[in-house]
Amino acid sequence: MDFKGESAKNMVNKKASQRKGRGVKAWLARVFGRIPLIGWLMGSLGAVLIEYFLGDALSYYLGLPKIPVLFGSSIILKKPALIPGALAYLLLVYALPVSLIAKSMTRPANRLARLLASRPVSLATLIHLGLFYLILHLWAEISDYRLLVLKLTMIAVMLTLSINVINGYMGEFSCSHPGFMALGAYGASITTLLLCVDDKLMGPALLPAAAGPWLFPLALIVGGIVASLGALVIAIPSFRTRGDYLAIISLAFLFIVKSLIENLEFAGGPRGMSGQPDYAGLPTVFIVMVLCVWTINNFVRSTMGKALCAVRDNELAAEAMTVNTRKTKIVTFMFAAFWAGVAGGLFAHVLRYVNPGSFGVQRLAEILAMLYFGGLNSVTGSIVGAVSFNLLSEALRPLELYKWIIIPLLFILVMLYRPTGLIAFTEFKPRELMRPKE
Amino acid sequence: MDLFLQNIVNALQWGSFYALIALGYSMVYSILMLFNFAHGDIFMVGAYIGFGIATGLLALAAMAGLPVPGWLVLVLTIIISMFLTSFVGIFIERVGYRPLREAPRASAAITGLMIGIILETGNLALLGARRLSFPSLIDTVTFQIGSVYVTNKKIFIVAVSLSLMFGLHLFIQKTKWGMAMRAMSYDFQAVPLMGVSINKLAPLTFAIGSGLAAAAGILYGLAYPVLDPYMGILLGWKAFVAAILGGRGSILGAALAGFLLGFIEIFAAWIFPSTFRDLIAYSIILLILTFRPHGFFGQAHSTQLRL
Repeated sequence: MDFKGESAKNMVNKKASQRKGRGVKAWLARVFGRIPLIGWLMGSLGAVLIEYFLGDALSYYLGLPKIPVLFGSSIILKKPALIPGALAYLLLVYALPVSLIAKSMTRPANRLARLLASRPVSLATLIHLGLFYLILHLWAEISDYRLLVLKLTMIAVMLTLSINVINGYMGEFSCSHPGFMALGAYGASITTLLLCVDDKLMGPALLPAAAGPWLFPLALIVGGIVASLGALVIAIPSFRTRGDYLAIISLAFLFIVKSLIENLEFAGGPRGMSGQPDYAGLPTVFIVMVLCVWTINNFVRSTMGKALCAVRDNELAAEAMTVNTRKTKIVTFMFAAFWAGVAGGLFAHVLRYVNPGSFGVQRLAEILAMLYFGGLNSVTGSIVGAVSFNLLSEALRPLELYKWIIIPLLFILVMLYRPTGLIAFTEFKPRELMRPKE
Repeated sequence: MDLFLQNIVNALQWGSFYALIALGYSMVYSILMLFNFAHGDIFMVGAYIGFGIATGLLALAAMAGLPVPGWLVLVLTIIISMFLTSFVGIFIERVGYRPLREAPRASAAITGLMIGIILETGNLALLGARRLSFPSLIDTVTFQIGSVYVTNKKIFIVAVSLSLMFGLHLFIQKTKWGMAMRAMSYDFQAVPLMGVSINKLAPLTFAIGSGLAAAAGILYGLAYPVLDPYMGILLGWKAFVAAILGGRGSILGAALAGFLLGFIEIFAAWIFPSTFRDLIAYSIILLILTFRPHGFFGQAHSTQLRL
């Protein structure tokens, strides 16, 4: 049955691709429309391999001082004389190899995708993720800056996804996310500083150093649990009120958490804590992010997720239809706060420094912007929003101050022309994403 | 006891900033059912416009060689800056909020946040990162009443903000436009059908709110004469708390809650170590909202929201 459905879809696809279209879009669809995801991954792998082995030589011959770190954005914005070289580099290293390899691999890639489609979906997902990780890893090998940007972007993805559960699927306007993040960051930092390293604040390590990296997931979980306990402060008032009143309850929570941490002398007070061990490598952050996407995607598609949407659309009706609204709200708040706390723990260990100042209303504005830019009620939207916001703000960094005029303007334009955000109300279906296109 | 009275005076001054800003949030909410998150930054812009007008007037007076008294400059500054800042509000309404009137409320919130960032950064780009100090227009005179010290600036600040609030009250209760606003906050669906143009009412509301924010900005500059582009963020968010605490869309509630917030903050800092101010103050607010979830003057609303 399933197989039949697939083949029918393929027929439609083929017809669509054979139809004579006009314009760039139709041309692109004709040329690249039949490449499955795994084909693109192979192409990207080729590109990063080329960069990894030939990048230095290429950039030397193109007259660039070093490999363009973030797709040449800083070169294009700063040194106009080098623009042709940077563009040629982008073309030779990214655009041409990706498209050529992906195009030439269409047939084998589709065969592979068909093979994987007939196996359990977990296997296919693992293979795709493994390839994806390999690409990211090779890409980040070039410079530490790329590594940091990647890690922070992944943390932003986790934050945006977890706030989407509250603000999107539950339909509240929660402003407390930096607070959850702070709780998680401090919870995880205190755990690792107490157990795994010698430092001024927490004294000597209680456990041998070798145990440290293995305990790191535990520290993250501790951070997440602290955050989800904090979420109870908001979840319980949310039984009686919602909307704007809940918004300021959560805002008050944010101020309270920040002030509380500033007054915790054993955690460094307003100066913050530093010296977190370097446990949050790229693989760790990647695995935690994948786990986060996976659990949140399953959560919002579960019965609980449907109950959540019911509570959002009409709480009274949901209650009448036997949805336990209190349980739904508590579980959702704690679940979202847990992941925000885990993200906070990772954040603390990536930067290896936390202070209360980084969890203020400015962080809140950033998280809300990523969420609404990407779109509510959509896992894909959150990922797109977080990644585009982070890459954009890194790419425009050479503009310094003007960056914070251009990015808001862009966001306002998106809001004016797509008030619901880029991708809203769509389901994230890995199986659809990985399906063969031929 | 003396310290108590002294703190009441301080709280009145501190609360009048919150009250003036919260009024702007509340008025916009009562008309458009959304919060203007750029309002804190309008307060900042108002303070900067006030700074420009005040220095300009002082320079003009010096050039003409006229001995203009400081209080006249101050009053002129307040009036002119309120007028000019109201156009900032109208502009923001036109470009940021009018196109989004039918959109989900959250998109308007994001637009507001982003306009706020643009205002901050634009200011930073125009004037540089140095902090400006607001000219001291009137000399500080300290009166002693009993054992409480009151400066003339504090009296001026509280008096001006109270009279502005009273003026707003008169406007809303006595004029035709005020009646339209009250009607609109009562029923935003039926009233436009009765010939009230929302496209006129909304800019008017933004203008009045921004004018009040500008007054708050100048008074703030008078009390704490250091201006920086990010001064509006925290004050704005806290005034937002006051606006909802008073009950959304309730003008009287917003003013009272503004003063209440000022009192809570000042007294929390007095009774407990001052670093605990936010912790205590917002815990109290959390408790208030847990037991009175719709603020002081707000009506319990149905669960159906325009989200």
